[in-house]
Order: sequence, then C-alpha cells, then structure tokens
Amino acid sequence: MKKSKWSLLLTLVLVLSVFLAACSGGDKDKASDSKGGEGDNATEKPNEPQVLNLVDGSEIPSMDSSQATDQVSFEVMNNVFEGLYRLDKDNQPTEGVAESHKVNEDGTVYTFKLNPNAKWSDGSQVVAKDFVFAWQKALHPDTLSEYAYIMGPVKNANAIQTDGDPLYGKVEELGVKAVDDTTLEVTLEAPAPYFLGLTGFATFYPQKEEYVKKQADKYSLEANTMIYNGPFVLSEWKHNEGWQFKKNDQYWDKDTVKLDEVNVKIVKDIATGVNLYETGQVDSVGLNSEFVDQFKDNEDLVTRGDAAVYFLRINQKKEELKNVNIRKAIDMAYDKQSLVDVLLNNGSTPAYFLVPGEFTFSPEGNEDFRKTNGDLGKFDAEEAKKLWAKGLEEIGKKELTLELLNYDSDGAKKTGEYIKNQLEKNLPGLKVSIKAQPFKQKLELESKGEYDFSYAGWGPDYQDPMTFLDMFITDGAHNQMGYSNPKYDELINSAKKETDTKKRWETMLEAEKVLFEDQAISPLYQQGIVGLRKPYVKGLVNHLFGADTSYKWIYIEGKQQ
Amino acid sequence: MLRYITQRVLYMILTLLIIATITFFLMKLLPGSPFNNQDKLTETQRYALNEKYGLNDPVPVQYINYITKLAQGDLGYTFQFDGRTVNSLIVNGMGPSATVGFEALLFGTIVGLLLGIMAALKHNTFLDYGAMVIAVFGIAIPSFVFAGLLQYYVGVKLQWLPVAFWNGPEYHILPAFSLSVGVIATVARFMRTEMLEILGTDYILMARSKGVSKSAVIFKHCVRNSLIPIVTILGPMAIGLITGSLVIENIFAIPGIGEQFVKAIQVNDYPVIMGTTLFFSFLIVAIILIVDILYGIIDPRIRVAGGKS
Repeated sequence: MKKSKWSLLLTLVLVLSVFLAACSGGDKDKASDSKGGEGDNATEKPNEPQVLNLVDGSEIPSMDSSQATDQVSFEVMNNVFEGLYRLDKDNQPTEGVAESHKVNEDGTVYTFKLNPNAKWSDGSQVVAKDFVFAWQKALHPDTLSEYAYIMGPVKNANAIQTDGDPLYGKVEELGVKAVDDTTLEVTLEAPAPYFLGLTGFATFYPQKEEYVKKQADKYSLEANTMIYNGPFVLSEWKHNEGWQFKKNDQYWDKDTVKLDEVNVKIVKDIATGVNLYETGQVDSVGLNSEFVDQFKDNEDLVTRGDAAVYFLRINQKKEELKNVNIRKAIDMAYDKQSLVDVLLNNGSTPAYFLVPGEFTFSPEGNEDFRKTNGDLGKFDAEEAKKLWAKGLEEIGKKELTLELLNYDSDGAKKTGEYIKNQLEKNLPGLKVSIKAQPFKQKLELESKGEYDFSYAGWGPDYQDPMTFLDMFITDGAHNQMGYSNPKYDELINSAKKETDTKKRWETMLEAEKVLFEDQAISPLYQQGIVGLRKPYVKGLVNHLFGADTSYKWIYIEGKQQ
Repeated sequence: MLRYITQRVLYMILTLLIIATITFFLMKLLPGSPFNNQDKLTETQRYALNEKYGLNDPVPVQYINYITKLAQGDLGYTFQFDGRTVNSLIVNGMGPSATVGFEALLFGTIVGLLLGIMAALKHNTFLDYGAMVIAVFGIAIPSFVFAGLLQYYVGVKLQWLPVAFWNGPEYHILPAFSLSVGVIATVARFMRTEMLEILGTDYILMARSKGVSKSAVIFKHCVRNSLIPIVTILGPMAIGLITGSLVIENIFAIPGIGEQFVKAIQVNDYPVIMGTTLFFSFLIVAIILIVDILYGIIDPRIRVAGGKS
C-alpha cells in the first residue's frame, strides 16, 4: 500500500514537471518568435515540399494584361504580375509595386512612390513609365481591349475610346504621367475612393515597353515571351493542357512567398476534378450543386460568398409594371430562402438588396455596406396578396400574364419554374409564361426591352457599391428596363462628384434605399462558391473582384504526417 | 484511274466551297458577338471593337474577305485566345484527338471483327449470344457513361490507371477504350450479319464441296467479302473518332480539338467555326474518296473506274 502511494506521488510529480517544462518551453518559443520580428513569414519555412496542385476550367485566353477579360487570365496574371497595389487577405489594397501614395485634396490626383526594389524577372527595375506604356496601350484603338472601359475613372480614358471624340485615340492625353523612375502621377476624372484597389486589376498592370516591342507579335503568347514582376513566374505553359508557376527570385517581397511551385491542369469536367481530388492529385477543386450533397459532411468542403448578385429585372416600359404595388407584390410573393437552400444549394444566400454583403466597407469604421442598409425586402405572401389586389385595381385589371425571360441552362430553368409556381400560387390572377433563351439571345432581348421580367445577374467591376448602383440611372447602358427616378439619378450623380468620402458613402446608402422604395428590381440571391480544399493548404486568399485567388501567402503544412 | 481521281479532287474543292459559303452565312445569323464580356460593353465600345475586327462591314464584304484569305490557306485568328491562329489551334488539338481516336478505331475494329466472326461461326450458341449482348450494350450505353464508370472504378477505386491527363501511353488506355466500345459493337453486329449471309451462299458451299479447307474458306472468301459494309461505315466513323469527342476529352482532360466544334459556336468565334467546319468537311470528302478507292481493291466488281486503268 505504502509503495503505491509513493508511486502515485512520483507520477504526480512527473506529470507536473512535464507540464511545467511544456509551459516554459512554450514561453521560450514565443520569445524567440517575437524576437524574430516577422517571424512566421521568413524564418521558419516548413520543411515539406511547397508544391500546390490545382485545376482550372479553361486554357488561358490571354496573358497580355491590356487584353485580358476573363477569370482564368485574371487569376494567372494576379500571381505573376503586380500592379501598384494588390488586394491582401482582407481584400484591402496592400503594397505592390508602389510602396506609398499621396492623394491631393479633392481626391483626383494620386502620386505613387514606386518601390525601387520592384524588379522584372529579367532583373531590370519596374519603373513609372512601364505603367504609362501599359495603360496607354490598353486604350489605343489598335489594341482596344474589351476591358478598356475599366480605365474609365482615369482622366480622358472614356474620350480616348470614343470614336468621333476629338481625343479619340490620343492616348498621350491619358491622365497618367511618369515624373521620374519611381514617381507616377495619375489624374482622375472625378474622385474615386476605390481607385487604389482598382490598380490591382489586370488592365492596370505595368508592361516593359522595350521588352514588349522586342517580342512584337509574340509577346505574351508563350511562357518565355513574357517577363514577370509578381510573386511567381510562369515556368511552363502547355497550351490547352496546363501551366506551371515557379517562385520568382526577383520579386521584391520574395521572403513572404513560400510556395516553390504551383501546377495547374485544365480540367473541364467537374466529376473529373472530384475524382482527381479524391486520388490526391489536386489540392482544391470547385463543385456544383449536384456534388454538394455528396460532400455535405466532408470536412474539406469550403463555401464562400461571391460578389455577384442575381435579380429579376422588371421591365418598366410595360404599362402594368409601371405600377409600384405590382412590382412590390412580385418581390414579396416568392420565398428566396427555399430557393437558395433547395434549388441552388451552393452556398448562395438570399438577397433583399442590390449591393452584395462582405464586399464593400465604409470609409470610416469599416462597416459593411450591407450591414448598414440591412435587408430592403422580405417574403410575405399575405402582404403580397394585398399589394397585388391594390395594384390590379389601380391599373384596372383582374388578371395579368407576364413573360419571364430566362437563361437556358438547367439550373436557371429550375429556378424559373420555381419563381413561376410561387408567383402564380401567391398572386391570384397572375399567369407567368417562361421564355428560356441561349445566353446571347437573352442579352439581346433584354437590351431591346422585349421582355416583361427577366432573370439577370451582375458582377462587380471594382470594389465599390457604385459598380452596382450606377447600373440603374435613367438611360444607363445597363439599365435596360426603363427604370427612371430623378431622385435616384440625382443621388448617383452627386455621389460620383463628391469629394467627402463619408458623404459619398451615405449618398450611396440612400440611393440603394430609393431603388427599393421603387422596387425597381426584385433581387434573388448573392452567389456562393463551393468547393473542396485539402486542409494542408494554408493561407489561401480569395478575392471578390478581379482575380479569384492569390497564391502569394499560401503554404503547405501537414501534408506529410 | 488518275483522271478519275483528278475529277474527284475538283469536285471536292467545289463541295468545300459550297460548304464554306453556306456555313458562313448561317453563322452570321447567330445572335450575339464574339466578345467575352458583351453584357458589360456599351454601344460605342461594341462599335469600336466590331470595327477593329472588321465586323461592321456588310456580310457579303466579310464573306469575300474571308474566302480570299481562305484561298491562301489562312483561317484567321481565334477570338478566344490571344494571338493564336485557327490553323495552330487545329494542328495542336488534332494530335491528341487523332491519337486517341485512331487507337480506339484500331482496337475497336479488331475486337469487333473477331467478335463478329466468332458469333457468326458459332451461330446460335452461347458465344453468339454473349457477343451480341456485348454489342447491344455497346450501342445502347453512351461512351461517356463507360468513361465515367471506368474513371471512377479503375482510376479512383483501384488506382490501376491514371484518372485523367495526357502524359504518356498509360493515359491513353481509358479514353481509347471508352471510345472503342461503340466501334466494337457496331463492327461486330455488321460483321456477324454479313458473315451469316455469306456463309449461306452457294459459292461457299461450292468451295467447301470441292475440298477447300474450312479455314481457307472462312478467311479467303467469307471474311473478305464481308468487309464491304465494314469499310463503308468505318470511313465516317473514323472521322468522328479522330476529330475528337467533346465528352471523352472533357472527362479525361485531353488537350484535343473536340471541344472547339461546340464551343466555337457558343462563343461566336467565327474563324474557329469556319475552320473546324471546313476541316471536318475536308476529312469527310477525303475519306469518301479513299473508301471509294478501297472498294475496288476489296471487291473488283465495284471498281469505280471501270477497271480500265
């Protein structure tokens, strides 16, 4: 008995000492960490292979930053090129080629100080005139890129693109100037608080004139006819098959970059992607709603919100739809929650708004635009019935037949059927006929105004509520539904000129409310993206506009155990 | 013979010209534009872009411009990828597509022929029924179902062969086999029917009765005469196979040309629509010519030039 007591004591002491040791050990670790300063970045590189394997859905359409228009190109470029700024982990602009910037008082002149250590992969310095060259090239009528309109905020950019304008084609009139090698001065048409984030967009990347001219027709067509200034270089590009990134040794911030290699293969079929994921050949793969159920309980499942918002355009050129009660009744008469839960099932969330959530944040206090304005609608079948009856009375009709213009994809067809059923059930006297059209035909019918209401979507061009809001100004190119409210136009125009960022923000909040008082549109959902990702892929950063993903901060940890 | 071939080649060119013309005008009826983000472009921007690619010209002018370039062998540039010519798109994509297609064709034909011959010789036995059950399944089940099943069971579960990609010979097996299933089925059924018919003819009976050995009768007379319908169907089948299968190439991530036949139309990539259509038509008319010549070699009775050469 005695013996066992002693042994118990001994055990206790031992256990205690282990704890103590562990504690002091931990303290020591922390101490050495904080001494190391940037610690977790540079000093301790995990000693397992830093290789990431991915799939993408298409060949890279373009590697010329002044030409690119699509997600695949944007993502590749975001990782091999770098603009003045780039988006960080929280989707805020962080230093790229520029190390700092100054803005003049009225917010229209930006002076960027470039990092003298920013280099091209051939070792030469990235200088201010590389930006001037690339921006002018994007707008030149000979190159005229499909995305050139994104440069709109820069002074004279729109005039240079417009045939017939006195400035047409005169790219030297563009509001960008290389003061010296490390100073770039950009003049804007009007204040644009989102401009900093925009400089991380592909069209605004620099290009080295001397190199581009030397390669002439071949520039950017192959991995070895480009030079890079981003965290990675494209080391191999097998057309239609895949491409490979290697860490860029010339990159000014190369100590932050941990991945040595990223392999991307083109896989167009989602089932194939899933099979490759299951055999461990790829580390991350996208899913569609068919696969979500299969992986519902899988811990690798990742969902995130995207900034695209889908909504019903309500064509207010049509007499009956000019009535606001009719429009409000339509918006209230279908259940959006069930739509996203049952039909879409891909991480999408119901929308009672135009400007998506977790996308833009107030200049002061950093509050989500969405949070401030909240939901601007709800599902309420009873209320909808009342408004509907009232509306019908006002237009002097007993029943109404409306045509829903739809996309012709399987998913959209289901959504269309759902809306039809809900509306017909909850709004007595309404008949909905569905017209499903191929994407391009649908766009054409919309722009001609030949529809009653339509299933439409919009993704942002820059990180600011304005990219959604200015769609609906009177006669705006993308209004396409005859919506017009002088008060709304007034708010949007004043916000565009406003130099006080706080006031500007409030004006935009107000504008969104006006849009919903009028029930100009009936929002459906904010799109979600769902996929599988191996838990050992750490530090992956997703963005809501421009490129989808940054590899700069990714590292592999715990793959080999 | 030479005169015959020259004449046929001239007709071929004429046929292609007619196809090019019809396709060109039909294609211009497609709604939309080739621009990637057309829903975001304003009127002026769209106009400027159309101007750049000569799409504002009247359609007949565009047609003449196109045919002039075509005569010089220039199919133009694709709208989908920067600075890539349609010629290079077709040439690069044809490698993998034709490889898989040819392997499927070769394997499918050999196995199909053997199955068909076996079924005919063992008529109304277990072997016959077995072979025909395989054939019915092969025709009824589309190749992408086989592809999906093979990929999952052989690639993911058993891990005997790669799931996808295009890196070496072992990567060819699953896609080529998936594609060959249809070939096996078709060839086997044709061969069996034809063999049965010929086995019952008088000249076979004659040959047997004059003492020719059974194997000689089967291979010299029976098989050779049964090949006529096979050669007829193999031509078009070969073209379908070597120009790539959209579904099989997508499932196994093969960098082939198959996808472009469909995608070019979806995205209004005019030069590629023309390029792939013309290329396909060219193969068809060329194969038809070759098949006509082959007929003569297999069966002297239908030697097209009248046997004068």
